[in-house]
Amino acid sequence: MWVRHVVAEGPGGHVLLYVDRHLIHEGGTKALTRLVLAGRRVRRPDLTLATADHYVLTSPGAFAGDPEVSAMVETLARHTAEQGITYFGVGDERRGIVHVVGPEQGWTLPGITLVCGDSHTSTHGAFGALAFGIGSTEVEHVLATQTVWQRRPRVMRVTVDGRPGFGVGAKDVILAVIGRIGAGGATGHVIEYAGTAIRAMTMDERMTVCNMSIEAGARAGMVAPDETTFAYLAGRPFAPRGESWTRAVAAWRGLATDPDAAFDREVRLDAGEIAPTLTWGTSPQDALPITAHIPDPGHIEDPARRQAVTRALAYMGLRPGQPLQGLAVDRVFIGSCTNSRLDDLRLAARIVRGRRAVVRAWVVPGSGLIKRQAEAEGLDQIFRDAGLEWRQPGCSMCVGMNGEVARQGDRVASTSNRNFEGRQGQGARTHLMSPAMAAAAAVTGRLTDVRTLGG
Amino acid sequence: MEAFTRLTAVAVPFDLPNVDTDRLVPARFLRKPRGPECARFLFHDLRFDAAGVERPDFVLNQPAYRGARILVAAANFGCGSSREMAVWVLEAFGIRAVIAPSLGDIFHQNCFKNGLLPVILPDGVVAGLRRQLHERPGASLTVDLPVQTVTAPDGSVARFEIDAFRKELLLAGRDELELTIAYEGRITAFEARQREAMPWLAGR
Repeated sequence: MWVRHVVAEGPGGHVLLYVDRHLIHEGGTKALTRLVLAGRRVRRPDLTLATADHYVLTSPGAFAGDPEVSAMVETLARHTAEQGITYFGVGDERRGIVHVVGPEQGWTLPGITLVCGDSHTSTHGAFGALAFGIGSTEVEHVLATQTVWQRRPRVMRVTVDGRPGFGVGAKDVILAVIGRIGAGGATGHVIEYAGTAIRAMTMDERMTVCNMSIEAGARAGMVAPDETTFAYLAGRPFAPRGESWTRAVAAWRGLATDPDAAFDREVRLDAGEIAPTLTWGTSPQDALPITAHIPDPGHIEDPARRQAVTRALAYMGLRPGQPLQGLAVDRVFIGSCTNSRLDDLRLAARIVRGRRAVVRAWVVPGSGLIKRQAEAEGLDQIFRDAGLEWRQPGCSMCVGMNGEVARQGDRVASTSNRNFEGRQGQGARTHLMSPAMAAAAAVTGRLTDVRTLGG
Repeated sequence: MEAFTRLTAVAVPFDLPNVDTDRLVPARFLRKPRGPECARFLFHDLRFDAAGVERPDFVLNQPAYRGARILVAAANFGCGSSREMAVWVLEAFGIRAVIAPSLGDIFHQNCFKNGLLPVILPDGVVAGLRRQLHERPGASLTVDLPVQTVTAPDGSVARFEIDAFRKELLLAGRDELELTIAYEGRITAFEARQREAMPWLAGR
């Protein structure tokens, strides 16, 4: 795949890599503006797709909180129109989180290179694409040249075999992986996910796993394409059709890794040993089973790690040895590019059905089309009946750029991907978990082992 | 882009591992324009209290480290998002080199695009540098890109690796876009080959 995308060999082991698909959101506006100011045009507007997700409000009926945001969204609309880029803007049902929209539209395909000015671009690796996040200067570079300069990354294989138990899903698997290898454990690598547990996952679940590869430091995460991948893509708006589809699938079947391929690093996990997993601290690597207790820095030998844990405990308002289970939460957030797809919403709805939320809880679908499909299945009604808020699509309080944040000191049960200090608002305390676990927290007001609620 | 050659400057030690981009610049500032005013956003919620007053215990606020141009960090510094403003705020503050045992992948790339030199050295060497900087607050380091060395306050010298491509661009203060424009013919030829081999990738 790498070799097939090399346009030219540069100095120092760098290659000029062709970009098959480019995704942009409001964050790309700065790069587009610089490009235009420099008197350049977008080289391949037909390979670029834009949507608005980070700054758009998710409260029903509203789209901008302040003039700065409406100006940003309007600038994106104007630039994309002038450059001939397809744009899903406000009012378009296809609008949504960029990493949800790409796959949903069949824009993301196996064997391609895909970039976006957003670290969770690793999501698209679920299709066997080489997909990674880039910065604003690189966005401008891709707009102008449809290429990026890259060095060949190292490769790491994470094999997850076995069957996860009841109440355990893709989010628990990836949190367990990051807990094992650490937040910098895959730095400089592309992770290939393999094993029977990964193969058995739906595309929505594989996207959850690949999405969080960046939280382990990886440039990208990948799953070899298979029948699950092809069945998902068939008939999607931007996917190939007819004769072209047949040729594409034949090529995609040849993308799987050789059975005897060598990896720079190998990690193995048994899915059967993974419990519902959540984070207690301020790094995604601070992940533990719900049945565990808060770590005691007094038992940590490494001084740097001890200092980090002490600091995280203070920020999170936790005591060493405290059980995770039963900790009171103030808010629940179900959404983000990690967990806002239909499978996620169905999981959460199954838990809240017939129960009542006892804390403020938001459900934010990943795209307008997911919202419509969820409504057709009656999921919105289940959420509303249980007292959860059903909102418009967007990134919302995963990143809080649109001002949708928790209050100082609020403890948030969140399906998002980052529990960094201040991530969901200044002083907000985030616990990352699966949609099922977040739903359980909504109806109990506490961190709860979803297995105790029954199915 | 400003060229980077040799720099002797005050260095500030930053001991926490896994310093993420949200700490470097909180999300609520990302809509602000790039420029010298950005300096205030660097580590904003660590540097200032709720009233906007400097926290005296925060390392960058200590008199000895004011004017620091080199930051010596711990493992996985700059992890998290792709926000390039994480680099822009460092640059606005005056930082031109970051030394760490490892860096967040996209942050690492973003440094090069802005003439900020990221230096990767073994954990023990970096820990030693931080220790010296704590013992002698306000001490200077020298980062020499042409010969790829860092000279510590005690005079010890550590050599770092950097690939020839990045080094060349930094030394010349040249950006990638300028370079890539020269490859335009190759890009066009690549597109023609790909249209033949994989017509389903052609876009709309």
